[in-house]
Amino acid sequence: MNRKKKIAASLGQLVIPLVALAILIIFNLIRDPSFFSIGMRTNNAGNTVLTGNLISVIDSASELAIIAMGMTLVTAATGGQDISVGAVAAISGAIFVKVLQSMGAITGTSVFVALIASILVTILFKLFNGTLVAVFNIQPMIATLILYSCGRSIAYWINGDATPQLDSPIISSFGKTIPGVPIPTPIFAVILVGLFLFLIFKFSSLRLYTQSVGINQAAARLNGINPMHIKLLSFALLGVCVAVAAVIGVSRLGQLNHKTLLADIEMDAILAVAIGGNNLGGGKYKMSGSILGAYIIQMLTTTLYAMNVAPVNVKAYKAIVIIIIVVAGSPVIKDAVAKLFRSMKNSSTAKKGVA
Amino acid sequence: MEDGIVLTMRGISKSFPGVRALNEVDFTLRKGEIHALMGENGAGKSTLIKVLTGVYPMDEGEIYLDGHDGAVSIHSPQDAQSIGISTVYQEITLCPNLTVAENMFIGRTSDKLVHWKEYERRAAEILDNLGIPARPNQELSRCSLAVQQMVAIARAVDMKCKVLILDEPTSSLDDKEVAMLFGLMRDLKSRGVGIIFVTHFLEQVYEVSDRITVLRNGQLVGEFKVEDLPQVQLVAEMMGKSLDDLAELEQIGQKTGSSGECVYEAEQLSSSECRPFDFQIHRGEVNGFTGLLGSGRSESVRAIFGADHVTGGKVQVDGKDVHISKPHDAMINGIGYLPEDRKRDGIIADLSVRDNIILALQVIQGMNHPISKAKAEAFADEYIEALQIKTASKETPIKSLSGGNQQKVILARWLLTHPQYLILDEPTRGIDVGTKLEIQKLVLKLADEGMSITFISSEIEEMLRTCSRLIVMRDRKIVGELTGENLTEAQVMKTIAGGTQQ
Repeated sequence: MNRKKKIAASLGQLVIPLVALAILIIFNLIRDPSFFSIGMRTNNAGNTVLTGNLISVIDSASELAIIAMGMTLVTAATGGQDISVGAVAAISGAIFVKVLQSMGAITGTSVFVALIASILVTILFKLFNGTLVAVFNIQPMIATLILYSCGRSIAYWINGDATPQLDSPIISSFGKTIPGVPIPTPIFAVILVGLFLFLIFKFSSLRLYTQSVGINQAAARLNGINPMHIKLLSFALLGVCVAVAAVIGVSRLGQLNHKTLLADIEMDAILAVAIGGNNLGGGKYKMSGSILGAYIIQMLTTTLYAMNVAPVNVKAYKAIVIIIIVVAGSPVIKDAVAKLFRSMKNSSTAKKGVA
Repeated sequence: MEDGIVLTMRGISKSFPGVRALNEVDFTLRKGEIHALMGENGAGKSTLIKVLTGVYPMDEGEIYLDGHDGAVSIHSPQDAQSIGISTVYQEITLCPNLTVAENMFIGRTSDKLVHWKEYERRAAEILDNLGIPARPNQELSRCSLAVQQMVAIARAVDMKCKVLILDEPTSSLDDKEVAMLFGLMRDLKSRGVGIIFVTHFLEQVYEVSDRITVLRNGQLVGEFKVEDLPQVQLVAEMMGKSLDDLAELEQIGQKTGSSGECVYEAEQLSSSECRPFDFQIHRGEVNGFTGLLGSGRSESVRAIFGADHVTGGKVQVDGKDVHISKPHDAMINGIGYLPEDRKRDGIIADLSVRDNIILALQVIQGMNHPISKAKAEAFADEYIEALQIKTASKETPIKSLSGGNQQKVILARWLLTHPQYLILDEPTRGIDVGTKLEIQKLVLKLADEGMSITFISSEIEEMLRTCSRLIVMRDRKIVGELTGENLTEAQVMKTIAGGTQQ
């Protein structure tokens, strides 16, 4: 009983997203039993890779899942969201390409250096946001609106070329698959970033600090925590996530388009955090919820495309489903459901009493 | 319904998961009566009030109200209000960024159009009538807490209530303001309003109430006329035990003060909120800062802890020069601080009791040395046991605990850091008598074990019982220091009032 309760409590906010995901899966199975079939095929590069809708969902949700993780942290610490993640991702991509090109031939070393450079520069840009929020107490949405507006222009200035191309097997093994490995590389990136954050939480008390700052900044301060540092740190970690997502995005296409790279991802990332049952007002959070949210959003998109919904209409249908999920997770509905369960339980125990 | 009775609650029961909060409780309120509702934390006072005001549905029982045939059903605070039951809560529940008049009329007008000019005029009338020193167009946040409280009462009274519930209305008021509030209460009483008065201040109960209903562990202990129930007996009824504990406290008695070495010493310490002052405390000493609200007593200890912006001064801990400009500096020097405003500065509401307990220790250890889960659980268990914290489990969010138990959790947080100097600012505010005594006893015990403690309370009596030295403040300045035989209520009053020179 106690164990059961513990599991229930730890699931808590994940119930709604899990149910939503289950419904999506069941819906797809009924619609097209072969929706989840996974096959093997040989791609253009001559590699054997896994194919199928499920692989495609998990693969293409990677950038979103990674950014959603960072967004969760910023949300928890600051009680607000960073809406510049897409625009800053364009900058991250531009830095990656610029460094790569300036180093001449694309080799393992040059890709590594470019990746590190991209991460560092992105952290700086995110610290710009973080400073506005943590030091100047500007509302996160306003603070991040600045880079949201000008980020893609900055990305263009860095390269001075609309769509620089990257043609290299190393890049494609980053964005698609590594020869000999049938699973798309971006999936590993999600796992790596997740592991990176997991280890940070495991070997530091960042989680306790972040939640304390998000819930009660005054009390956190009186317990010796510096709320400013924690907020800056959360933005820096978001920077790491954005840079990694941007590099995957660039590598996937083999080119950088500063206008379209991870376009509109900020709203999906915020949505993923919300669908995961996290409070957008900050405080307690569950990273796993946000990751789940990211996959739900991608699953929804893929489902709609599989149903041959025209791309123009996809957003509208997506909106409908998202309304349902968000309303189902709202406190009003949650309370009503809890009440219903209680009365059902009461009546069943009453019946038992009679028998 | 009997004549003169305005409210009858009969056989009220209410359970929460795992707790029977109220068990067949009866309560009767007469017209023009001030009726004190007393009990320790968890006795069921709040639950009874919340059932009456429709915040919680009751499991069993009936509520009868004068002028209504049969039992009334109250499903929401709006229901309660519409049949004449108004509540003013301990924490001000008005909107600080609206004006006084807006606060008095918001949400209770049925007019389609809002006539703010008219409301302001009426508000002015009511404020004037009740002698409340506020202007209708003043922003509420610019009024003192006491005036905010009175505005809340004015709002309730103007809604033509028959039953007025005052839940800890005096906990943030000074004596003068309390007197004003009591004047207001007596005035309302003479107009026939029945007032339910929930408080922890015994003297206030005896000063203003006609009857007392005592609850204990969700059960009705009894209803008494004030004159039939001496104060000591009331305490005994509330605690459900003999007065041994009180006697025991007297025995531990006055600390003789300590001649041990100086643990903390400040010279001309000042902050953005307080003027320069000198202060020192010795090992095993309990001292106190006293003075009226706003005298600077809290600001002074906040400066010691580095909670406000420290602007100057020399500080020594254990005889060594140290620099304390932020709470973290104080903490690594073995200083702990339990803040005055538990809700605003103390608890991390959504986090578990466990996380709240380990927080300060975790910060002292540093972010890169997390306390393992097993260790955290052990710490939580240890202190829940040691301080008798009533909580469903250590995973329960602290916000669902009662005020006194929340305070114990914050106390546990600091005890866990084993500070050599602990500052307690109003640790007993809004806490029942039993817990109050427990905390006082704990303070004396800790001092006995060598901890230095600064204890601040608005109840002078409580400070006299625990402190061996009192620093008296007025107008943000230290105006006197009392020790030994000067530690009497009269002397404290005299010093506060400015009688030291004579």
